[in-house]
Amino acid sequence: MVHEDHSTPMAVLNVLYDVGARDEDPAQTGFAHLFEHLMFGGSVNIKDFETPLQMAGGENNAFTTNDLTNYYIQLPAENIETAFWLESDRMLSLAFSEKSLDVQRKVVSEEFKEHYINRPYGDVWFKLRELAYKVHPYRWMTIGKELSHIENARLADVKNFFHRHYNPANAILVIAGNIKTEQALALAEKWFGSIPAGEKYIRQLPAEPAQPAARTMEIKADVPLDALYKAYHVGSRTDKGYYAMDLITELLGGGGSSRLFQSLVKEKKLFSNIECYHLGSSDPGLLVIEGKLIRGVRPEAADKAVEEDLEKLNAGKIEEKELTKVKNKTESAILFEDMSLMNRASNLAMYELMGDAEYMNTELQKYKDVTQEEILEAGIRIFDKKNSNTLLYHSNN
Amino acid sequence: MLNRKTAPAITDAVKFHLALPPHEKISLRNGVDVFLVNMGTLDTLMMNVVFYAGNCFEAQNGVAAATNFLLKNGTRNKTAYEINEYFEYYGAYLSRHAGHETAELTLHCLNKHTDALLPVLAELIQDSVLPEEELKIYKKNMQQRLEVNLRKNDFVASRLIDAYLFGEDHPYGRYSSVAGYEALNGEQVKEFYARYYQQGRCMIFVAGLLPDNIAEQIEKNFGGLPFGGSVKPELPDSPILAAGQKKYRILNDPDGVQGAIRIARNFPNRHHPDFQKMLVLNNLFGGFFGSRLMANIREDKGYTYGIHSYLANLIQETELMISTEAGKDVSEATIKEVYLEMSRLCNDPVPEDELQTSRNFMIGTLLGDLDGPFQVAGRWKSLLLNGLTEDYFYEGVEVIKTISAKDLQELANKYLKPEDFYELVVQ
Repeated sequence: MVHEDHSTPMAVLNVLYDVGARDEDPAQTGFAHLFEHLMFGGSVNIKDFETPLQMAGGENNAFTTNDLTNYYIQLPAENIETAFWLESDRMLSLAFSEKSLDVQRKVVSEEFKEHYINRPYGDVWFKLRELAYKVHPYRWMTIGKELSHIENARLADVKNFFHRHYNPANAILVIAGNIKTEQALALAEKWFGSIPAGEKYIRQLPAEPAQPAARTMEIKADVPLDALYKAYHVGSRTDKGYYAMDLITELLGGGGSSRLFQSLVKEKKLFSNIECYHLGSSDPGLLVIEGKLIRGVRPEAADKAVEEDLEKLNAGKIEEKELTKVKNKTESAILFEDMSLMNRASNLAMYELMGDAEYMNTELQKYKDVTQEEILEAGIRIFDKKNSNTLLYHSNN
Repeated sequence: MLNRKTAPAITDAVKFHLALPPHEKISLRNGVDVFLVNMGTLDTLMMNVVFYAGNCFEAQNGVAAATNFLLKNGTRNKTAYEINEYFEYYGAYLSRHAGHETAELTLHCLNKHTDALLPVLAELIQDSVLPEEELKIYKKNMQQRLEVNLRKNDFVASRLIDAYLFGEDHPYGRYSSVAGYEALNGEQVKEFYARYYQQGRCMIFVAGLLPDNIAEQIEKNFGGLPFGGSVKPELPDSPILAAGQKKYRILNDPDGVQGAIRIARNFPNRHHPDFQKMLVLNNLFGGFFGSRLMANIREDKGYTYGIHSYLANLIQETELMISTEAGKDVSEATIKEVYLEMSRLCNDPVPEDELQTSRNFMIGTLLGDLDGPFQVAGRWKSLLLNGLTEDYFYEGVEVIKTISAKDLQELANKYLKPEDFYELVVQ
């Protein structure tokens, strides 16, 4: 796909691979993300990825989620061919060096420690995912279930993973910025056209069965404050209820006039902070409410207060004004996000992965069309007690 | 046959012409200067009201930050809830930030809503009541947040290293404490508000694809406010008292698996002739992914997820900081490698191709950084707050394009001497 924007001197090349942590073997988790690191360790014809890109005045990065892996390069538009050269060569084949694997295993181990071991509450998402998912691979984190999975990765595994997922049949290429469509397409043909398409990876993941009863887990750990986490199952990214569900997270936790903040932080003073968000995952995901408790407040009491607010939401239709507020916030959020060329490029790829890049243009209207009735129905469906996963995180101080 | 071994031809980024897009300056009838950056493609706008109300003006630790925070928490006519609801109804984001010299309110909104939003922004600046109850909630919540942060080695390390470099009484070295929050009271906050906001000195930056009548709207809503004009106030005299001891090892988390490492030295501010040259040396040293520190300590040794060096964004005097989190068993080895990289830059001139890569990378990213109205307004703000003009921007570009390997080696020998650095590991 090409997105022309001649108001900028820059250009972006974005490649999205349709592979994420959900595609991993349960005995080898963290692999999609480790692999992302290896994509910078040299490709079949180019020993060093970074230096030629920096020489062309460019910068790049990548991210892996449970659903996908995305790589982007931004550079002065005059030098866009450098991005084609680099990105196509690593799609063609990697160098597969033992040294690179050895170093990146260590780097990812340090990343694991920095983000999930060496900080208070760092283990929450490992627990919460395992509580909420029993079957679907969303039960592990993108970084991996445990350090040993990363430490044990072998070069043969790396090669298999590459050949299964990293080919044109599983990739979406977007070029955006100060470039003409004909030129972008000619360069795409020149650099990517001769790479064998490969086989489309057919995903066959076990669906998470409907949760039969409420689940609760308690943890005691060396943290300064008690905390509460509640996760509810919600539909997939392409579910028609997605927009109402997304607006509900805004109603409950988006900003200083949101319901939970006003009720639980300001009025009842049970929490020092509270958030409500969802994971936005491709397969059926989670809506999460989390907060740290004011010292002296019992987690059970805080949990009860949250549930009272959810019951209030489900007791009747919300005011038109409140619905307009969250729709207006969403409109702004979309516009501000679109200011960045890099965001536009990666969003185009993600909408294409969802089914059609064109959705990017119809997204706002879908939010605008959500009715008060749909909010009420979605709330009742989501905040069913049977659908809840509650984690009470106790401080042992 | 396509030759994949050879890089396609490039235009050297140093050949690009970099221009700082202009601003328009207007003065309101009360003397406040407004800087307008009119560019972009979408009907979005940012308005940044910058007061000389940073922590260098406070008599007690935390007053400047608390005052700034409470600007959104109640006026004579609106509760905190009503204020938040008002801005959010229009899909606007109102953020606040307190720094060392200045403290700000920043509005991001769609152009079509400025009529509704600017009067309320002015109301917060002139009519806030800073309610006692809101201060109480703020104190409690900040104390709890601090308790959590103090368990994080990187948070502890960042506070301590600044205290070593500038002294615990200096605005740059002062840090928050549970007792400090407890000691805040409503009177101090109200006094600070009256003096540094209601009758304070401010300037306003507005950026975006601006509505035609933006100047009138700003005049109407802000021109009548009784500010003390736009003349920069005399900043309080804050002597820098760096610690005598240079090396520290602190145990914060006995079960932790990583150490937070900070290696830093005081460095002159932007007016010093070496400052912009040092930006180039720093870029090579630890300023980007291809830097010496990253290449050696992450990409060769795998000791860390990331290691960076930078010149801090400070006005009076700054610091050259090297910052990383590394495995507990390799923390000392990491420090050794940092000094080794300093000595390499002192002993050997930087190879020409490495220098060219660094030049191109800096110019390329600068080109990207100037892409957008908010970024351009940010550049102008930085120049103005530091008492600089656009000449400084163009001198900086020239330095990147022309500095020699010999200049950089001299600079390294002047500033990368291990004995000048403070060194801290928090584990």
